[in-house]
Amino acid sequence: MSDASSLRTPSQRIAWTATIVISTLVFIFLIAPILAIMPLSFSSGSYLTYPLPGLSLRWYDDFISSPRWMNSLKNSMIIGVASTLLSMVLGTLAALGLAQWKSRFKPLVLAFVLSPVVVPGVITAVGLYFFFAPIGLTGSYLGLILAHTALATPFVVITVGATLQSFDTNLARAAASLGASPLLAFRRVILPLILPGLASGALFAFATSFDEVVIVLFMAGPEQRTLPREMFSGIRENISPTITAAAVILTTVSVILLATLEGLRRRNERLKGGG
Amino acid sequence: MTAASLTGADVKTNVSLKRRLKRAERARQIKALALVLPLLLFLLFTFAGPIAGMLWHAVDDHEVRQVLPQTVAALAGWDGKDVPDEKAYAALASDIQAARAAGTIAIAAKRLNYAQNGFRTILTSTARNLKAMPEPGTARETLGKINPAWRDRATWTTIRDASGPVTSFYLLGALDLVRNADGAIVAAPPDQAIYRDVFGRTFLISLGVTVLCLVLGFPVAYLLATLPPGRSNLLMIFVLLPFWTSLLVRTCAWIVLLQSKGVVNDSLHWLGIIDEPLRLIYNRFGVCVAMTHVLLPFMILPLYSSMKAISPAYMRAAASLGASPITAFLRIYMPQTLPGIGAGSLLVFILALGYYITPALVGGAADQMISYFIALYTTETANWGLASALGAVLLLATVLLALVYGKLVQGQQVTGGMKN
Repeated sequence: MSDASSLRTPSQRIAWTATIVISTLVFIFLIAPILAIMPLSFSSGSYLTYPLPGLSLRWYDDFISSPRWMNSLKNSMIIGVASTLLSMVLGTLAALGLAQWKSRFKPLVLAFVLSPVVVPGVITAVGLYFFFAPIGLTGSYLGLILAHTALATPFVVITVGATLQSFDTNLARAAASLGASPLLAFRRVILPLILPGLASGALFAFATSFDEVVIVLFMAGPEQRTLPREMFSGIRENISPTITAAAVILTTVSVILLATLEGLRRRNERLKGGG
Repeated sequence: MTAASLTGADVKTNVSLKRRLKRAERARQIKALALVLPLLLFLLFTFAGPIAGMLWHAVDDHEVRQVLPQTVAALAGWDGKDVPDEKAYAALASDIQAARAAGTIAIAAKRLNYAQNGFRTILTSTARNLKAMPEPGTARETLGKINPAWRDRATWTTIRDASGPVTSFYLLGALDLVRNADGAIVAAPPDQAIYRDVFGRTFLISLGVTVLCLVLGFPVAYLLATLPPGRSNLLMIFVLLPFWTSLLVRTCAWIVLLQSKGVVNDSLHWLGIIDEPLRLIYNRFGVCVAMTHVLLPFMILPLYSSMKAISPAYMRAAASLGASPITAFLRIYMPQTLPGIGAGSLLVFILALGYYITPALVGGAADQMISYFIALYTTETANWGLASALGAVLLLATVLLALVYGKLVQGQQVTGGMKN
């Protein structure tokens, strides 16, 4: 299968070797920074450099015993979960509607629904800041949840929409012809089939909110500071090893999200292959 | 007879069936739209509305109108050739008296100071020294005595140009342009003309990062698309893990690596390559490295999917027709990756244009991009008009590029569908 085995001429072999060498360097460039800061969080010293003077969990201890960091973790979770739930409801409904809707305005509506992804974060943040301040939504959880939902919903619409595209509508018709009400058909036939798509959408939505910092920077009061927001101030003031501990915690969450997503994708492919 | 009536009945059922089908279809469409509607309304409130509000702030000019209403009215008929007549002076004196009582002088002073440096002092000193309403007919003399600037025609054109209700002042300012006393659009004085430089810098950094991403991303995408699925899936983790890692974590990692007592400098020093630490961060180099790291997956993924769609049969056909591998690659493979290159480059460029966090944390003062100034004017100096105008320019650039991107990706889907 591989082109590598079918390489005949020397020039091809050189080109292939070059591709491998350059790619390896790029892979190192991509992954090394993330791996490099992890051990530093276990350092017993307070300098962010190698070699480590010794190993300790003092910076994790520092993180856990700091009300500021723990509060930010709690805020990230609250805002992340709430905006995921809200964007799931809005996004799934919209994806179901868009799958059936036939109109020449559809591309326009789709472009509008997806536009929060493309518009620079600062523009959305400034707009929300002007808009939410007079109605008391700045410095509140609700304001941040609404804003993060707007950013996260496009990902739900895309992932759920993609799942619906491969969904056989005859199954819904079959359910209806067998006497199922639309709600029952949705719950018993459509939902189980699009569940992996919904789960991926939810993961994307959560990751979007969990990683967002520009809107939080503009809109959050001291009470609503999230983990990335706290890291932003930490990096600005001075980087203590506690930040690397926070970074490791954030990265662990990302890895769990990515692994779950990959698992869902594999399961989906298996199901498709089997069917 | 019977046959005819049968056909008649047939036609009738046919028509009503068609009508019923149509009605059912319409009901379905309405139901579909009803499902999309909640999201549309939500986005109207949390996204489109706020952005429209920001765009309004870019042209809104209500401050002077609100604080100096009589002056604005009196200046409406002014020809602008010489200083205005006594009536305008009297109106101004009366407005200033009222504004001082209401405590609103600062609002107008702030707005007028944007247009003419030092106007704040003119207005506040006048308000302080104008103890009482001048005798009828002496307003011009009195105000001129308090501050000679009132004898200057330019002072009055500044007020007239700021009297709203809408203005091009901020939008022109965002492009380093001003209106002179005669209303002609001219270049802003050099000490205030900084935004073209900032836009140019934003463009150059974005372009540089896009080129870097393409150069680094192409071989990786090629490798991933060529390797057997098992191995390429494994290597894909190297692309997806950074993609999923928090932006803050990655930016933080680069600071730890590149700072003067950081991992890279320490290692180079330990190896004896350098004596003094290199300056790797808080400059343009650091910004480009960190942004390339963050945006590289956005280049690799579209390139990978476009390369994955290229059938190896084309390359084999080219080889069997006598093309050398290099010719085959350049003439057959490369052209087919062009849509992927276009999509990936546009995506990276669009995302780079709006970058704020990374340059703010790893850049120096001379590396801040346009988003930094939008944020600065919004929160620090509260010059919302200028912040919004800069935002409007950035938004326009983004939307235009996104439209091109949409056409490109759509075109790809169409040709992709036709190939199958």
